Formats: sequence, structure tokens, C-alpha cells
Amino acid sequence: MRSFTVSDFLTIVTALKWTFLLVGIALACGGPLALLLALMRSGTARLPRWLATGFLELVQGMPLLGLLMFFYFGMPVFLGINVPAIVAVGIAYTVYTAAFLGEIWRGGIQAIKHTQWEAAACLGITRWQQFRYVIAPQAFRIALPATVGFLVQLIKNTSLASVVGFVELARAGQIVNAGTFRPLLVYSIVAAIYFVICFPLTTWSRTLEARFNGAR
Amino acid sequence: MPDLNFRPIWRYQDQLVEGVLTTLLLTAVATIAGLVIGIAGAVLIRSGPKPVRWLLRIYIEIIRNTPVLVQIFIIYFVLPSFGLKMTPIQAACVALSIYFGAYAIEIIRSGLDSIPKSQIEAGMCLGITRMQVLRHVILPPALRNIYPSVTSQFVLLLLGTSIASQVSADELFHVAGFIDSRTYRSFEVYTLICLIYFGLVISFKLAFAALGRLAFRWPVRR
Repeated sequence: MRSFTVSDFLTIVTALKWTFLLVGIALACGGPLALLLALMRSGTARLPRWLATGFLELVQGMPLLGLLMFFYFGMPVFLGINVPAIVAVGIAYTVYTAAFLGEIWRGGIQAIKHTQWEAAACLGITRWQQFRYVIAPQAFRIALPATVGFLVQLIKNTSLASVVGFVELARAGQIVNAGTFRPLLVYSIVAAIYFVICFPLTTWSRTLEARFNGAR
Repeated sequence: MPDLNFRPIWRYQDQLVEGVLTTLLLTAVATIAGLVIGIAGAVLIRSGPKPVRWLLRIYIEIIRNTPVLVQIFIIYFVLPSFGLKMTPIQAACVALSIYFGAYAIEIIRSGLDSIPKSQIEAGMCLGITRMQVLRHVILPPALRNIYPSVTSQFVLLLLGTSIASQVSADELFHVAGFIDSRTYRSFEVYTLICLIYFGLVISFKLAFAALGRLAFRWPVRR
């Protein structure tokens, strides 16, 4: 057993970059997929709607830990080759983000009255332009508080990547704790770092929501 | 593509059933304890003395802005050094109750806030007791308003109990790790486990939808 030193603290803090990398991958890859799912679910075509609904229900009915394991052990089965942990973990978080953001954004899109689509159609613009210039700006305002709320969930849930040995913030805490055996100190620091990142976002989300409700 | 072989897993049926039961037990304990915290907390945060309200806010913000994984670690690894020894299951129950309680306070508070003051005053004007106002005027619409949030939070809790496996509480996800270590059929084991969770979640969702239709049949004015 050794004492807790500055270098232990630095180990924990530098692991943050992997937490942020995971969040970045999840948003960059999961975001577009979420938009697609939201459009499929709020559209009129039956088959895409069913497919999207099935996907959302399936992913939302599984624990994130399960998704992580499924892709971690599944990638070699699907592809026949071993992939680095970051790829498997990245895919799991992409799927997770797509499902939850897709549901949130569908709510935003469907909150816009159908007459808005019709009015936009009267302008003679294409269906994509109707969405892009008329529906999306309004839906964005409605869905923003929940989107920021999900971002907090995502940041907190990157801690689960530690189960497949991915060294992000929580895992770095476990490693340092194994060396120093100061659980109270180590996990308080880890929790405090998460709190410092998430609390401003939670507050922002609440402000957005209050502003939106006030405007209604 | 390697062959998939689910057969070795069937030998562990008993463990799987026990894992499911433990998962449901964890969920039930955390739900009941969390709702008790939620009701008491919501009432106190609306009308309690200022220091209590402050403490509750701090409690809610800390729980909502840190990962459950870290919360479980702190309760399981830190409390023993204060002389409070707990089995993994007990630690998981405590951690998940504290976690669910924080969300429950916010949900129940929003439900109580959703009833306009004038509606309560109108109830008072009927000359019925405060309890009757609560029972017939406040609760039915408040419950209806929070029902979707409570049920979806319940589903998140059910899935979240899997995190208890990280302090080796014997719930479903931990059973998966055990079977994996015995059979080396990792992919098959975790696919099966995911499907079991999915089955549980879908059953609960369908039951909640049916219950909601039964309990909240009166029409809404929009």
C-alpha cells in the first residue's frame, strides 16, 4: 500500500480525456443516426416507422452494460476479427445514444402541429426543406432541454465502459484505489469531477426548460 | 464466423432464474424505498423548513449529477470503514434506493406542482376535509400527470440494477459473468441476458400501459 500522491490525482484527471472522447464519439455517430430514427418514426411510411420503433424498443429495453458486452464480445463474431476495445465500446455508445436521442427528437418533431408541415408544403419547397427550415428550428427549441438532460446521462454512463477494461474516469479511480486503498478519498474525487461537469449542464437544461415554459 | 452454441448455457437455468428473481427483488426494494423517500421529500421540499429544503436540494443534485456506479462503489467500499459492513446485495439496495429516491422527489414534486392552487381552493370550498381534498381533488390528476415519468423511471431502474453486478451482487448481470467464466460462450451468454432484460422490460411496459388505461379512464380537457 502506498499513499495518495499528486500523480494519482493526475492519473484520474487525465483519464477524463477518454471520457470526453467516448461522449464525442457517441454524439458524432449517434446524433445523425438519432435524427434518422426520429424522422423514420414521425414519418408516414409504415415500414420505416416499424423498423425504427422496433430498434428503439429493443435498445431501450436492454441495460447499457448488456449492450457494451454484446458489442465487445460480438464484434469478433460479426466480423471474424478482433477489434480494439474503443471500437466496440464506441459502437455500443453510438447505438445507445441513437435510441435515446431518437426518442427525444421524435417527441420534439411530433410536438409541432401538422399544419406547419402543410403551410411549408404550400410554399412549394421540398419535404427535406420543409423539415430543415420550418419544422427543425421549432422542434429544436422544444427538444433542447431534454437533449441536454440526456447529455448528462451519457456523461455519467460512460463510467460503465470501465467494465470492459476501458480506462476512463471511473476505471482510473478503481485503479488508483487498488494501489492506495483510500476508497473514500479516491471515489469522492471521481464523483466530484463528474459533478463539476454535469451540474452546470443540468442547471442549463433546467433554465432552458423554464424559459421554454415561460414562452408558451 | 465462429459457431454459435447456446447449449452449454442451458445447464445454468437455475442460476438464471435466481438472477432474474434477485434483479426483481432489487428493483422492488429500490422502488418502494425510493417512492417513500420521494413522497416525503416532495412534501418537505414544498413546505418544509428552509435548511431541510436546502439539504434535499443538495441530495438531489449530488445523486443526479454523479454516476450510479460511483455511488454504489462509495456505499460498498467506503461505509465499511465507518463500521457499517454490508453484503453486496444490501449495499446495492441502499445505493439504488438513494438513487431512485432523488429522481422520485423531482417527479412527485412536479406532479404536486402541476395542480393549480385554484383547484385546491375550489376543493376546500366544498366543505370537505383536507384529507378528502388530497384524496379526491389533488391525487387523481397528480398521479395521472406523473404516471408516465414514474413508469419510465422504473424501467431505467430495472435496467440500472445491472450495475450492482460491479460490486458482485448476485443479480442477473452478475450471473451472466459467472456463466461466461464457466462456459467461455461470452457472446451467447450476453445475447441471452440482453433478451431476458428486454423480455422483463416489455412485460412491465405492457402491464403499465394496461394499468394506466384502467386507472386513468376519465377524459381530459385540453
